[in-house]
Amino acid sequence: MIIPMRRPEGAAAREVEEKELREYLVNIAREVRWDIVRMIGLAGSGHPGGSLSCADILVCLYFHKMNHDPKRPDWRHRDRFVLSKGHAAPALYAVLARSGYFDRDELWKLRRLGSMLQGHPDRLKTPGVEISTGSLGQGLAAAVGMALGLRMEGNPARVYALIGDGESQEGGIWEAAMLASHQRLDNLTAILDNNGLQIDGRCCDVVGLGDVPAKWRAFGWEVLEVDGHDVLDICSALDEAEGFQRPCMIVAHTVKGKGVSFMENNVDFHGKAPTPEEMEKALKEIEGS
Amino acid sequence: MTAQRETRNTRDGYAAALLELGEKDERIVVLDADLAKSTQTEKFKQRFPERFVDCGVAEQNLMATAAGLAATGKIVFASTFAIFATGRAYDQVRNTIAYSNLDVKICASHGGITVGEDGSSHQALEDITLMRAIPRMKVVVPADYYETREAVKAVAYIDGPAYVRIGRPKVPVLFDEDYRFEFGRARVMRGGRDVTMVACGYMLHQALDAADELAREGIEAEVLNLHTVKPLDREGILSSVSRTGRVVTCEEHTVVGGVGGAVAELLVEEMPVPMRMIGIRDSFGTSGSAEELVEHFGLDARHIAGVVRGFLA
Repeated sequence: MIIPMRRPEGAAAREVEEKELREYLVNIAREVRWDIVRMIGLAGSGHPGGSLSCADILVCLYFHKMNHDPKRPDWRHRDRFVLSKGHAAPALYAVLARSGYFDRDELWKLRRLGSMLQGHPDRLKTPGVEISTGSLGQGLAAAVGMALGLRMEGNPARVYALIGDGESQEGGIWEAAMLASHQRLDNLTAILDNNGLQIDGRCCDVVGLGDVPAKWRAFGWEVLEVDGHDVLDICSALDEAEGFQRPCMIVAHTVKGKGVSFMENNVDFHGKAPTPEEMEKALKEIEGS
Repeated sequence: MTAQRETRNTRDGYAAALLELGEKDERIVVLDADLAKSTQTEKFKQRFPERFVDCGVAEQNLMATAAGLAATGKIVFASTFAIFATGRAYDQVRNTIAYSNLDVKICASHGGITVGEDGSSHQALEDITLMRAIPRMKVVVPADYYETREAVKAVAYIDGPAYVRIGRPKVPVLFDEDYRFEFGRARVMRGGRDVTMVACGYMLHQALDAADELAREGIEAEVLNLHTVKPLDREGILSSVSRTGRVVTCEEHTVVGGVGGAVAELLVEEMPVPMRMIGIRDSFGTSGSAEELVEHFGLDARHIAGVVRGFLA
């Protein structure tokens, strides 16, 4: 006699779903990290540290949270993503390629003359890039503009912006923060890649940001804190952020260079490409993770 | 100088254009940075409050926010004083608006020395140079109420970013209700064979007055209204200069890389001719009334006529 398998229900069902979701996202994140390291290694320049620290966040956005269609990059109702910390372009390119915005082979031409993949995101060259960034402190304001524009036309799409902690030393971040809360932009979610490092060293040693969540609360934002490498934690925060009547900042605690042991928390890999040997070593480590 | 002639604010021309545009096109959005009463965007705000955003005293944020709005398909007018729009927010204008080729029309008031009493910190004297240097940026400097109104309506539908420089003072009305603005085409205001005078914005009426004065002495100056500084009307300028053989440029702006610079860049490669540049000679502005400053910096018709006279002698 065959006893029919019963699909789990209730809490048990959620557990299975979560397990599947976690595995799905973690696998993509592993592939995305591999692509990031390889494209920067082949380019011979770029920013691996801050690309790896935000990889899990971007994977959660593009492969779970965001409503988007790579076949229709101009679809009016798509959710928008702005990479305010534009130097993490390799992470964005990896998720865009894997989503299907362009051929993955383009990744290996990163930063080369004539490539669609510029050192920093260029909306005119790369399908899926909403706005060109690279000069820090401006992407969040552009995201505020997008959120205003969508609200004006009654468009239900949401806007997501990823900013850096070093980037938060730019005054423009706080100008945008004020306008967003004044305008009560409930269609805007920002995520802070709080990896603690910038080019010149630890953020707290360069110009300390102080109590970051308190600062954002003081600027009138809802604030959530997550482990920026726990995909379920990130996803549930992204869900929760939709329920507020105000803009929400998700402070994601991350590790710079996450996923490659010799890059982790190593400030040298902020803006330095791995050597060919380092690249091979890093790729092997990611494959084995 | 003519004793009595009608003068009007160019800013009012801007406000009129915004109302007209806003009425027939829902994509028109206007942003200001706490100067809506000065730039005259206040009128649009009252009519279309849902399409107006005051960004507060934060010009950099004004420009980056405008870029984001334009990225959702809006035609965005961003206004503040010229000095803040182009200097304070230069990086936002260059890297976020122009590099992204977004439909942000920067319509800045209080361009030039005629800001007057507020002094140097508020007198934009390098804005044309700064904006002209940015790829994809169009630069328009209208001369009177009607030209401002029509220029603003035109740039709304020209793809990508544009900079429109508007002044503070009332200026003589040179055109009328039926004026047709031709973007990118220098307009011959009066013909002449002895010298080509190129002027725009506030300087156009001064150049025309200078030409009147010169005509009484038998000097026939051709006056070109270079309302579009970029893209430059190469053909229009070359055609005039090929007949006159001499050029005098007049700008309410530094001579470093501005209107004179644009004309010189063209002529030095295509048709080198003797040239004089009237403008601010690499210095900051200062406080004073607009009229006093125009005379102090040698931008008035009498001074222009003197320069032309000496040049042709």
